[in-house]
Amino acid sequence: MGNKRVDEPTGTEFVGHEWDGIEELNTPLPRWWLWTFYATVIWALAYVIAFPAWPMVEKATEGMLGWTSRGQLAAEMSAADQARATVREEIAQVPLERLSENAPLMQQAVAGGRAAFQVNCIQCHGSGAAGSQELGYPNLNDDDWLWGGDIRAIEYTLTHGIRQAGDPETRTSAMPAYAGIFSTEEVDSVVDHVLSLSGQGEGNPAGAALFEQNCAICHGADGTGLREFGAPNLSDAIWLRGSDRVANPEPQNGHDAQVGRAARSSHHLDAGCLCPLARGRRRLLGSRRKSRGRSR
Amino acid sequence: MTDPVVEETVSGHARLERNVTLLGAVALVTVAIGGVVEIAPLFWIDNTIEEVDGMRPYTPLEQAGRDIYVREGCYTCHSQMIRPFRDEVERYGHYSLAAESMYDHPFQWGSKRTGPDLARVGGRYSDEWHVQHLQNPQSVVPQSIMPQYGFLSETSLHVPDAEEMLRTLQIVGVPYSEEDLANAEQDLVAQADPDVPAGDLEERYPGAQVRDFDGDPDRLTEMDALVAYLQMLGTLVDVNSAAAQEELATETGR
Repeated sequence: MGNKRVDEPTGTEFVGHEWDGIEELNTPLPRWWLWTFYATVIWALAYVIAFPAWPMVEKATEGMLGWTSRGQLAAEMSAADQARATVREEIAQVPLERLSENAPLMQQAVAGGRAAFQVNCIQCHGSGAAGSQELGYPNLNDDDWLWGGDIRAIEYTLTHGIRQAGDPETRTSAMPAYAGIFSTEEVDSVVDHVLSLSGQGEGNPAGAALFEQNCAICHGADGTGLREFGAPNLSDAIWLRGSDRVANPEPQNGHDAQVGRAARSSHHLDAGCLCPLARGRRRLLGSRRKSRGRSR
Repeated sequence: MTDPVVEETVSGHARLERNVTLLGAVALVTVAIGGVVEIAPLFWIDNTIEEVDGMRPYTPLEQAGRDIYVREGCYTCHSQMIRPFRDEVERYGHYSLAAESMYDHPFQWGSKRTGPDLARVGGRYSDEWHVQHLQNPQSVVPQSIMPQYGFLSETSLHVPDAEEMLRTLQIVGVPYSEEDLANAEQDLVAQADPDVPAGDLEERYPGAQVRDFDGDPDRLTEMDALVAYLQMLGTLVDVNSAAAQEELATETGR
């Protein structure tokens, strides 16, 4: 220890390095820092023992607590399920039509339906449920219902979808393309007639005759539509695909009639979720929506 | 401070600090131990990839769609990994299993998302919706900031050599059979063209969806391939089946 010298003012040893008369002190680490460091080492050891950590030959060590990320998820999911179980059961016991008599329960159903709508429906029908005329996705805010707007009809549509492959009870409508059947003049005349049904233009006797033979079977003689076939009402001011001559004429866009296709929802939703969806819808759409669609 | 043992260790460490070659060698050994402990067990631990039924290599059309997905950089906004958190599981479906991306080269995991996760997007929307959405995302999702990919509908699918595409994947471990390789060109076209006989495509690739995907049966376009790929995502493994759930419930150490 011949070279050990102590710096007088601080009482600290010198390291032994010297540069032009400047010497380095061997100042010890601050005690609080040292003890914090020791504490983290102890924490790490405890963590390795308590949680899955150390990879071995067959698998990693499991940890004394038996924790797994998937187990935690399962616990959270079942806790959420249980929290909803009572309400679900209550909703399930009330027939759909009578749900609105029970205001608190209806409120719960609407809230559940709103969440399910945002996950499953807004992609096509839009976060405001206004649909898209350009693409033929129905507006759900208006009073026109292709397949019926009472709560049971909506439930059926949700359960079986529209043109859902593989579901024998699905709703099906398919308007043929008339481009190869009608001449251009005939198309124009039918367009005239269809527009006149809702009070636009003078009408066209030739078009009326063609309509009678080809279109009335689904859209009805007076063009009021037929829900049995999902045929839209042509005599009101609400249009699935727009009411100008180019957007609407059925023959030209005939094959597009098959584009819109609601996916059967029961595939993704369980029964408890489905009911609030059917029940919640009317209220959801009747009131101005406060919540926006989740940002994508 | 006169303890001879302390004196010994200090001089030992001082020796290390003063010899650059020795310091480098010892640092390498120290870092290598950390690397071996972290990485090496992944090669032998059994439960790194859990066994699941239904996973299969991608069909040539799906693989071609996947290549377009990668080419267009879809992964910069979309992940394909549902993490085991309640908020993700409630929105996207069952959390992803490692086995579901075992044939991905490269994988599409990630947790940074600008768009939604696509790991289970298959079957969630109709083909028509996908075509419309890719052509003009804002027409169906007004608040979307996704770019438009309408050109996919107009671009014919061009796969220079489907057989080589599969063979390359075979080299990195995707178990395509010799039959798969021999039929690659045929499979590529047959999956999206109703007029071409699909042969035993659906037996070699269980769960393969065979139909025209882009709404234009006369042409095989990049849209066909991409939609075929999207509609397959997450549909191969039935994660909610009783057997799969039972297996997942018993696992530990994860």
